[in-house]
Amino acid sequence: MFGILRTLWLTFLHLGHRRVTVGYPETRPALPPRYRGRIILSRDPDGLERCVACNLCAVACPVDCISLQKAEQDGRWYPEYFRINFSRCIFCGFCEEACPTYAIQLTPDFEMSEYVRPNLVYEKEDLLISGTGKYPDYSFYRVSGVDIPGKAKGDAEREQPPVDLHSLLP
Amino acid sequence: MILNAPFLLFALVAVWATFMVVTRAVAIHALLYLVVALLALACIFDVLGAPFAAILEVIVYAGAIMVLFVFVVMMLNLGRPDRLRENTWITPRTWVGPGILAALLLAALADALAMAPPDGGPVVVIDTRQVGLALYGPYVLMVELASFLLLAGLVSAFRIGRHIRGEDAP
Amino acid sequence: MTPPPLVVIAGTLAVLLGLATMLTWAERRLLGLWQDRYGPNRVGPGGLFQAVADGIKILFKQDWIPPFADRPVFVLAPAIGMMTVLLAFGVIPVTALWSIAGDLNVGLLFVFATMGLGVYSVVLAGWASNSKYALLGGMRAAAQMISYEVFMGLSTMGVVMTAGSFSLRDIVQAQAGLWFVIPQCLGCAVFLLAGIAETHRLPFDLPEGENELGAGFHTEYSGMKFGMFFLSEYAGIVLVSALVTTLYLGGWQGPVLPPALWFAAKTGALVCLFILLRAALPRPRYDQLMALGWKVLLPLSLLNIVATGAVLLLRAPG
Repeated sequence: MFGILRTLWLTFLHLGHRRVTVGYPETRPALPPRYRGRIILSRDPDGLERCVACNLCAVACPVDCISLQKAEQDGRWYPEYFRINFSRCIFCGFCEEACPTYAIQLTPDFEMSEYVRPNLVYEKEDLLISGTGKYPDYSFYRVSGVDIPGKAKGDAEREQPPVDLHSLLP
Repeated sequence: MILNAPFLLFALVAVWATFMVVTRAVAIHALLYLVVALLALACIFDVLGAPFAAILEVIVYAGAIMVLFVFVVMMLNLGRPDRLRENTWITPRTWVGPGILAALLLAALADALAMAPPDGGPVVVIDTRQVGLALYGPYVLMVELASFLLLAGLVSAFRIGRHIRGEDAP
Repeated sequence: MTPPPLVVIAGTLAVLLGLATMLTWAERRLLGLWQDRYGPNRVGPGGLFQAVADGIKILFKQDWIPPFADRPVFVLAPAIGMMTVLLAFGVIPVTALWSIAGDLNVGLLFVFATMGLGVYSVVLAGWASNSKYALLGGMRAAAQMISYEVFMGLSTMGVVMTAGSFSLRDIVQAQAGLWFVIPQCLGCAVFLLAGIAETHRLPFDLPEGENELGAGFHTEYSGMKFGMFFLSEYAGIVLVSALVTTLYLGGWQGPVLPPALWFAAKTGALVCLFILLRAALPRPRYDQLMALGWKVLLPLSLLNIVATGAVLLLRAPG
């Protein structure tokens, strides 16, 4: 009995409490930079695509909303097309964790409603941004041992030049 | 006789509703017509100058007893097979006895009406105070008998509804 | 000069239904206030027209009667609910000179009679829907409302004994010196609880019980038929609040302000209390509800009658 009255009184006191609701369209919520929103594809500091079309994001995706096709040019791998179906995406961020090159990243933008469902299928042109996203200095080809034009094997950072097999002869 | 318009109207409604009660096939519909008949009776009571009796009629009969009837019928889930089966029960052997008794009652009623003064006398409004004084004055024995009856009902309901330890244990 | 009856009836209907409609908005705003959120605040200033928007929406919904339902009873049930609540308002005295249907010498009993008929609305809705959740809701409602009607009637007997009349106007006038809520505090508490159960409002909304029965007795209802249930529930809240005001809080009596305003203020405060109860309290189990009624409220209301009678006898001259 006393408990019920106390509950009533405490609830009544909430009259003077601050409201926790954020009136969204008028006041924008401050989202942290690592918020998991719209997915983008970033570029490396040289302005080239980071994605190497390894398919790890497509494999990691629990709802299979990512599809891509590998293509190759001068030793660099890149996606011929890269498609994310945002009507299926659950914004879990597994793709970002799976990505070995920091190419695919989730951003704090979530306002992507559409009236037509097919409009939610984003192509590579829609996903690719011109910046580096959350990792400004990272460039995959600069640290990997892949041979591309302008950078031979052994030229990467913290990479020793390849061993000349002939020098190992007894 | 009191042949004013409201009385006639309510009397017609009561008779019509009672007729519908007897002829309805669906039990709930019959009960609903019975409620209408009771309400019409209450209106007649009011016209005849007994508002207290009228309201009690509505509260006790229409409001409580008939709800219990509806409650029970609701749980029975009567369907078409029951209806067909009940149709076979209606034979002269079943209704002749009650019919004769009802005819006797009707004759007694007609006799009483014939003896009544032709204009029925003036309508005297009997208020709650008079009802109470009558109940606890000349009719106190009736009240006591009714209370005995109710007490017996209470005790038997308690006996039936008693939680007997051990009997219903799993 | 009194206006013609038709005008009074139309005006009453408009005011009461408008009140009930606005109450749907007010309740949501107040719940929001007590739960640290906003509630509907988009349509019109402060969301004031939310009720209108809801009304338009519900009117344009498909008027669907399930093929397995009992059509006439299904249609009749919400109408009964609305009608009985509105009828009861007829005898509530707003001021000393003004009540809709005039002063009835058995006014209080009339209110109980209409409330007793209101049970049919819920029970018949449950039965006519021909679905198990609706039936369970209807059965719960029947048992709950009949039981609590008993305590509701008994709890007011103390008031009737003290005032010496069933007429609501006389009852209010008997409270000129002291509101009945002081000497009849027990009766007032029982009446309030019974009133909540009678309007099947939270925390006693077991006939609806969303998490157990879908939507209870109105599971199969949609469109304006559901709207009728909805509105009659809110009109029922206003009715019970007005009754408590009349019986225990001195009705229109109060200093300075005009009587009608006092009546409205007291009723409004009680409506807010109803909403606060909804905001704060969880729903009891069904057997707890019944046990509370028969094992606590019934003895309390009987005790109230006996005590009132004893006091009246002691005070009686001679």
